[in-house]
Amino acid sequence: MATPAVDLSAALILAAPAPADWLVVLPVALMIGLGAVLMMVRKSVRLHGGIAIAGLTLLVLLDAALLWRVSVHGPVTMVMGRWLPPFGIAFTADLFGAVMALAAAIIALAAGIFALADIDASGRRYGFYPFLMLLMAGVSGAFLTGDIFNLYVWFEVLLISSFGLLILGSQPEQIDGALKYAVLNLIGTTLFLIAVGYLYAIFGTLNMADIARKAAGLREAAPLTTLTALFILAFAIKAAAFPVNFWLPASYHTPRVVVSALFGGLLTKVGIYSLIRVTVMLFPVEREALSLIVAISAALTMLVGALGALAQNDIRRLVGYVVIAGIGNMMAGVAIGTPAAVSGAILYALHSVVTMTALYLVAGEAGRLGGTWALSGLGGLYRKAPWFSGASFLLFLAASGLPPLSGLWPKVALLKASLDIGAWWLAAAILLSAFLITLALARVFLLAFWRPRPDPVPEAAAPAGTSVDWRVALPLGCLTALVVLFGLLPEPLLDLAQRAAEGLGEPAAYIQSVFPGGTAR
Amino acid sequence: MEALFSILIGLFFAGAIYLILSKSTVRILLGVALLGNAVNLLLFTAGRLTREVPPIIPVGMDVLSPGAANPLPQALILTAIVISFSFFAFLLVLTYRAYQELGTDDTDEMRLAEPRNEQLPPMGY
Repeated sequence: MATPAVDLSAALILAAPAPADWLVVLPVALMIGLGAVLMMVRKSVRLHGGIAIAGLTLLVLLDAALLWRVSVHGPVTMVMGRWLPPFGIAFTADLFGAVMALAAAIIALAAGIFALADIDASGRRYGFYPFLMLLMAGVSGAFLTGDIFNLYVWFEVLLISSFGLLILGSQPEQIDGALKYAVLNLIGTTLFLIAVGYLYAIFGTLNMADIARKAAGLREAAPLTTLTALFILAFAIKAAAFPVNFWLPASYHTPRVVVSALFGGLLTKVGIYSLIRVTVMLFPVEREALSLIVAISAALTMLVGALGALAQNDIRRLVGYVVIAGIGNMMAGVAIGTPAAVSGAILYALHSVVTMTALYLVAGEAGRLGGTWALSGLGGLYRKAPWFSGASFLLFLAASGLPPLSGLWPKVALLKASLDIGAWWLAAAILLSAFLITLALARVFLLAFWRPRPDPVPEAAAPAGTSVDWRVALPLGCLTALVVLFGLLPEPLLDLAQRAAEGLGEPAAYIQSVFPGGTAR
Repeated sequence: MEALFSILIGLFFAGAIYLILSKSTVRILLGVALLGNAVNLLLFTAGRLTREVPPIIPVGMDVLSPGAANPLPQALILTAIVISFSFFAFLLVLTYRAYQELGTDDTDEMRLAEPRNEQLPPMGY
């Protein structure tokens, strides 16, 4: 491979980025910095909550500013050390990444406030808030990076912080759940690393924009379909898609409720984000070739999730299966692959980030108020906490996909997209899964909220809690308001998701932002 | 050289998968460690295997001399080694704690989080 002689001083360094471009790295820098600060003040546990919540509020503002900038000016890129793009590690935020980062920041803030009530002093001394900061560093980094090996590194960052959060409390069932979670997720990221290694061997570059523009030329010569299949398997493990979903119901109900809420909202969505980024943006032709397999896996994921939710007595495990059913919907969007379907998947991801977190918080609060997690022992919550019950009802409707809440619009978009390409069976799976989820969640409402508390309370029931705390009511109320708002006024987000999907399907603007000169080598 | 390494990597992967499919957590752990090393060797081989050609651009030339190995995959391996080492340390402690708390290293017996005869939700109201 002959490289033309270059003027090193001029060619290898970019011009200094505009001050506003620093927004791309600030979310990650803020979270890593705060994580370090919280480690340093680990002896003064009282300070943790305040610092973390101030930091997460700032994170929401930064991500909102980034989204605004990306939405007005197009994708923003910043390269570490100002190295010329294919060589330096690039952070590139497009609409898809920025909007996911904002959604993640919002639910992290909600979880941070909820944790004030849910995590006791010993949990904070163990490091809940530092782990939360590092988890958010990993999640934000994964959403904003433009380099595929860097994406792997952020996966590992969020994975190791999630281990810390998962075993917070060190109870035997947490260790049991954590062992399965850790081994299977580690195998998933290792598969991702294998795929990255092959990708580098084929392309000689790790920059996503560079890969996107070189893929067309290498399609004849290199086994890109095999490579894409490897990526799909790795991300399917991370996203808990059938048949590699079994780690999720084994572990997500074991940690503290706020940790389950964070995981249910964030981690599987990082897998879906990466799946969309790699298959839709980098390897669209290969995605088309593998679409039938992805579609079958999507349909089965939806049904397994819905049937699993119907069969659970523990409400936290039930919510875990609802998360899995949602993953199936997003995979369906990836399988169909038209811009309308991808925008449906993006909408679903945003809806799912907020709704699944809120559902776990509802499950946690219901368990605290009722003194047990088992549906067979819960009851009378409506009488005890009417406002909480009202919010839960709205969230149940949203998770089932019923109008007028946020679950409706992505389902409509996905249904329409699947009928447009004639995949009636995929549409049927979406409808059937939504119907079964409606049954499962309606039964939760019927049993836990409406009926009177069963008289001989089954064993293992803790003393039932009293009224709802503001630290619970505030995040839950805000998340419910978001769900209602998006349900009633879907236009702005529909438009945003549409533009994000178009940006993924035609990544010219993304490439342009990384290579402003157009043809650097 | 690359062909030999490919066979070696294949053996590593086969051994790792065999160990991971076991029921005993310690074997699974060893399998995961072996898997990490298999991937490292894979990345290493993908970056070209050569002897005695350092990846340094000689005086008066703009590019590496032909046959030099690509140093970037080696940097990637370094990152991956550090990460997999920390994960291995964590998993080691987790496995030990699991054995202490659950009293078994057989994954079939680890049913604390998913009890074997879990109750179904109430059918009636």
